[in-house]
Amino acid sequence: MTTPTTEADPNRAAGHDAAPKTPPAEPAPPDSFTQQFLQNLWAANTVTVTALAVVLALIVGAVLIVVSDEDVLATFGYFFARPGDALSAGSALVGSAYANLFKGAIVDPAAVADWIGGDGGWQAVFAPISETLTYATPLVFTGLSVALAFRAGLFNIGAQGQAIIGVILAALAGFLLPLPPVLHLLVAVVAGAIGGAIWGFLPGLLKARTGAHEVINTIMLNYIATYFLTWIIFQEGVHDPDRTDAISRPVEATAQLPLLFGSGLRAHAGILLAVAAVWGVAWLLNRSTFGFELRAVGANPDAARTAGVSVTTTYVLVMAVAGALAGLGGANMVLGSTASQLTPLVVAQIGFDGILVALLGRTRPWGVLLAALLFGALRAGGNQMQSVVGISLELVTVLQALIVIFIAAPALVKAIFQLRAARAARLQTNLAKGW
Amino acid sequence: MEPGEIHALLGENGAGKSTLMNVLYGLLQPDAGEILIDGAPTKIRSPRGAIRAGIGMVHQHFMLVPVFTVVENIMLGAERVRGGLLGLLDQRRARAEIVEVSQRYGLQVDPDAVVEDLPVGVQQRVEIVKALTRDVELLILDEPTAVLTPQETDELLDVMRSLKAVGKSIVFITHKLGEVKAIADRITVIRRGRTVGTASPDASREELAAMMVGRNVSLTVRKGPARPGEPVLEVSGLVVEDDRQCRVVDGVDLTVRAGEILGIAGVQGNGQTELVEAIMGLRPALAGTVTLAGRRIDGQSPKKVLRAGVGYIPEDRSVDGLVKEFTVAENLVLDTYDLPPYASRLALRPAAIAQAAAARIAEYDVRTPSADAPVGTLSGGNQQKVIVARELSRPLKLLVAAQPTRGVDVGSIEFIHDRIVQERDAGTAVLLVSSELDEVIGLADRVAVMYRGRIIAVISPDTPYEEIGLLMAGCSVDGDGAETADARGSEESA
Repeated sequence: MTTPTTEADPNRAAGHDAAPKTPPAEPAPPDSFTQQFLQNLWAANTVTVTALAVVLALIVGAVLIVVSDEDVLATFGYFFARPGDALSAGSALVGSAYANLFKGAIVDPAAVADWIGGDGGWQAVFAPISETLTYATPLVFTGLSVALAFRAGLFNIGAQGQAIIGVILAALAGFLLPLPPVLHLLVAVVAGAIGGAIWGFLPGLLKARTGAHEVINTIMLNYIATYFLTWIIFQEGVHDPDRTDAISRPVEATAQLPLLFGSGLRAHAGILLAVAAVWGVAWLLNRSTFGFELRAVGANPDAARTAGVSVTTTYVLVMAVAGALAGLGGANMVLGSTASQLTPLVVAQIGFDGILVALLGRTRPWGVLLAALLFGALRAGGNQMQSVVGISLELVTVLQALIVIFIAAPALVKAIFQLRAARAARLQTNLAKGW
Repeated sequence: MEPGEIHALLGENGAGKSTLMNVLYGLLQPDAGEILIDGAPTKIRSPRGAIRAGIGMVHQHFMLVPVFTVVENIMLGAERVRGGLLGLLDQRRARAEIVEVSQRYGLQVDPDAVVEDLPVGVQQRVEIVKALTRDVELLILDEPTAVLTPQETDELLDVMRSLKAVGKSIVFITHKLGEVKAIADRITVIRRGRTVGTASPDASREELAAMMVGRNVSLTVRKGPARPGEPVLEVSGLVVEDDRQCRVVDGVDLTVRAGEILGIAGVQGNGQTELVEAIMGLRPALAGTVTLAGRRIDGQSPKKVLRAGVGYIPEDRSVDGLVKEFTVAENLVLDTYDLPPYASRLALRPAAIAQAAAARIAEYDVRTPSADAPVGTLSGGNQQKVIVARELSRPLKLLVAAQPTRGVDVGSIEFIHDRIVQERDAGTAVLLVSSELDEVIGLADRVAVMYRGRIIAVISPDTPYEEIGLLMAGCSVDGDGAETADARGSEESA
């Protein structure tokens, strides 16, 4: 057999043995749009898994509600004698709990009826939404912070500490600097971002220079930030001279974020800032050269380095930006309507909740926004559930945890609902593995 | 398979050889069909089941725990225990078994050596001993010679012959025709997941190659004579350490001229990887200089080196060359994403990136469902073409190609070789590093042989194969066994 050394055109020649390598791209028989839609819906895509995770969490939550209520539990004592009692008592309790969760988070039909009937103001109608937005706003920032770092392959557990340093600098700027209205607010917000950026920059630098793991360092910096906050509240010029407990002077009115719907509702301009941040982070990730570097470093640092990207610089920058976002979240806690004074718990758990929000939002900026809204809604609705039905607010925290567990274990959700495997599922498994 | 037979499984990369063997070894489950052992259909559900059925496997990438000793590695999965419920490891008994097996088959291994300290050839021996201590009747060797020197390969072939003599059967997976002809009793050729035929070892290389790829392929590279110009890359006295602080590049001097291909031949692990990484700015040089067209580039960042006009095809495309989650289009601008027209200031310009991607996919014949498909979904050859397209589509003074065709199907190899020659003819200096001697000889205009961190000879590619093989093993040409001094003097031979 002879070897043909005179193949007509090398380019073409190389082509045809590669051809069979590509899987035969035969288009499947065209389904109707509805069919495709349903198939897609029932395949394990991210939206479906997330929605089902929420449903599962609510079901488990319902069991917890029933089990933790003594009266209802008592009816289960004679379940076999009169099962109707137990079932009706149980379902009534769960029903009213979740109804109030909804009323507190989205809208209360009674308030709407009152408004139409002329008995109540429009503000009562929008109060639940306003509460949801208020709770969601800082979570958007901390969620973005964790998500952005995660896309660069970094696990930022330090959003809490970054938010704390952010809230300190924002508050200090808010009551120490005598500035005119608009400028004052601007300076305070930027101070919060800078504070967070510094607290993110540190572990970034340590990672880049020494390889110290950011998880350890951000956790440690959280402790330092927490106790620094307690310390600084008692310093002269910061501490409220009229009080003996740990509380600082209030932020001047000139540095406060304006309320969106007048004095009756708590929603403030922070949510606008948050949406702008979501858009900004989305642009940064997908449309900027820095985002390209960030994603390349996150997906394959070796290839990024080989292609000329400075992995260390990227780490430092990403952590600084992530810190700035968390710092903005902290600033919201004292410049918005939640509080105007520093207390040891002023930022609550927004940094840690941010990790959950980022995970629930699949580390996508707009996903983070939706996840933060869901968490905000649960928190706002939980308040109403507690005050009206008497179910403790902690149940909401349990629900949040359950949702995230079901998200982090997509295989569980898929097994329960017998979902078809879909390509989107890969991301979730990766996410679960990465954490 | 007959007892005492060496059966070669021949096929291109991606033909399904390894998949088939992974099914045999219980790592994968068949969707259809059955496996007959001694005439009885057998279901092999796990590697443990495979071993019980008498099948052992030596993987292409060794399955050894680097920090364990040889004994510990061989015991792993079949630990000898004593002390009843306490389950204490009986290292002494295991050690005795290993010594016995290695003596019986003439496989020398030090049972107490730590695996990561052993040369690759010995690690492979450990894998074989591991399989033999499990009393297997059928041994699968998956591309065993890919990492061996010609001499080590000969030793392996001897071991295979002695195993055959005691009645063990061997499945020998490879795509190297020479070895197949040297040792196999029967050859099965696989293409695209199907058996395309069996052949006897007397079949000619060309016949076998044609069966493998389904058409006649040219085994030689088409190229005209080189017209070398000015020196482009000059490396002098370069010293580089690897990650374990060993001096793996120990005073290398090299000159690559415009319009020529300098091939570095050598067994893997003789400092080629680190040499290339040092040139690219990916690894610091302890001493020596690297100049590109007269300008020092040592100590520069990888970005500066790339921007100075160096193209780089890294040896491990999935680790260093591509971001698998990124799209084909994104990978095509992986090192130019921040330059116009792909970016203006801080913003990417997706339209320009898409346009460039479409052009390159067409020009380099990248088989992809679309420019937006993740590059990880492409076949190895097409992934490599993405890298080649990316690197060759910017103006280059020097192309550094490390293992440019590793794990690539024959058709793509031909294509990539042609493009490298074209680049040479356009006046680019090319530094080629390959552990495939055939590739170096076929492609290079001059061959530098690297051994233990030094260039020990610079020779013409027409030098007889055996001579180069000896040089690669560190022996001088006249065969007196003394190591040739570094071949600074032989630079004139160019």
